[in-house]
Amino acid sequence: MNRRFWWVALGVVVVVAVGISAFASASPDGLEWTAEVLGFDTAAADSAVASGPLADYGVAGVTNALLSNGLAGLVGVLVVGAIVLGLTRVLRRA
Amino acid sequence: MACLLRTSRKKRGVMHVPDGFLSLPVSAATGVVAVAAVGVALRGARRELDERTAPLAGLVATFVFAAQMVNFPVGAGTSGHLIGGALAAVLVGPWTATLVLTVVTVVQALLFADGGLTALGTNVLLLAVVAVWVGWAGAALVRRFAPRARRLVPLAGAVGAFLGVPAAALVFTVLYAVGGAVPVPLAALAGTMLGVHTLIGIGEAVITFGVLAAVVASRPDLVHVPDRDPAGVPA
Repeated sequence: MNRRFWWVALGVVVVVAVGISAFASASPDGLEWTAEVLGFDTAAADSAVASGPLADYGVAGVTNALLSNGLAGLVGVLVVGAIVLGLTRVLRRA
Repeated sequence: MACLLRTSRKKRGVMHVPDGFLSLPVSAATGVVAVAAVGVALRGARRELDERTAPLAGLVATFVFAAQMVNFPVGAGTSGHLIGGALAAVLVGPWTATLVLTVVTVVQALLFADGGLTALGTNVLLLAVVAVWVGWAGAALVRRFAPRARRLVPLAGAVGAFLGVPAAALVFTVLYAVGGAVPVPLAALAGTMLGVHTLIGIGEAVITFGVLAAVVASRPDLVHVPDRDPAGVPA
């Protein structure tokens, strides 16, 4: 397999998750905005895990916003990648 | 008021359907549909997964997760982010893409409190089923003109991406009509949801086109080709 592709692609993923994501628009997204316009945004309840250690893409206790966001992004990439790779392995064996 | 709320909010723009928007019966129903869909996808994905798609599925999942963190502005005061349903479906096949988007959505809800827990079935339905399969169907429609032409893949994926986002918005509107928390004029809800998500769909299409163009340019063999195609023959 062409290893260069995988390394470049992984590099892009990490740059997006750790770096670029810190500069994401903080404006409400399409659904949130619609809810505000029509007045049902107040119905939104906090998730049961809203006080979790990684809630809102930040690491609890890390005060530097860039670092907090970047670490959360990195953890997410690792967790999502590991689960999907594990799942494909199980499915291919089954 | 909305401005005050917005500036005082800690939350970033990234947000799937939160808890509280939809009634518990509707949430339970979407949960059942989501579980059934994932069950079927687990079987379907076995046919798609090989030594090419398996590692690619992992890569696509990490990219979708990363890209979903990046809200881009659409118009004044609102934003959108990539869903990645069409992108994933074109690269790894629709069944595997359903699983990929499900894993991303579940991790976002459990680990990052992005999207409610009771709304998890709804979010899986909207992102991993509707966006993936409408995206896949849209792409397949374009690819019918030249099934072997990989040069057509970025355009096909972009069309699917563009259709998948308002489709998910439309399904949310229907769910809200059945079990929304606060009564709202449904025509206004449908119009606003479709309007803003059509704009977001343009962003989705642009990103999907760009990523697929890069993949086709560097590794055309990585693009999922439906039907019996001799593996890895670039068109």
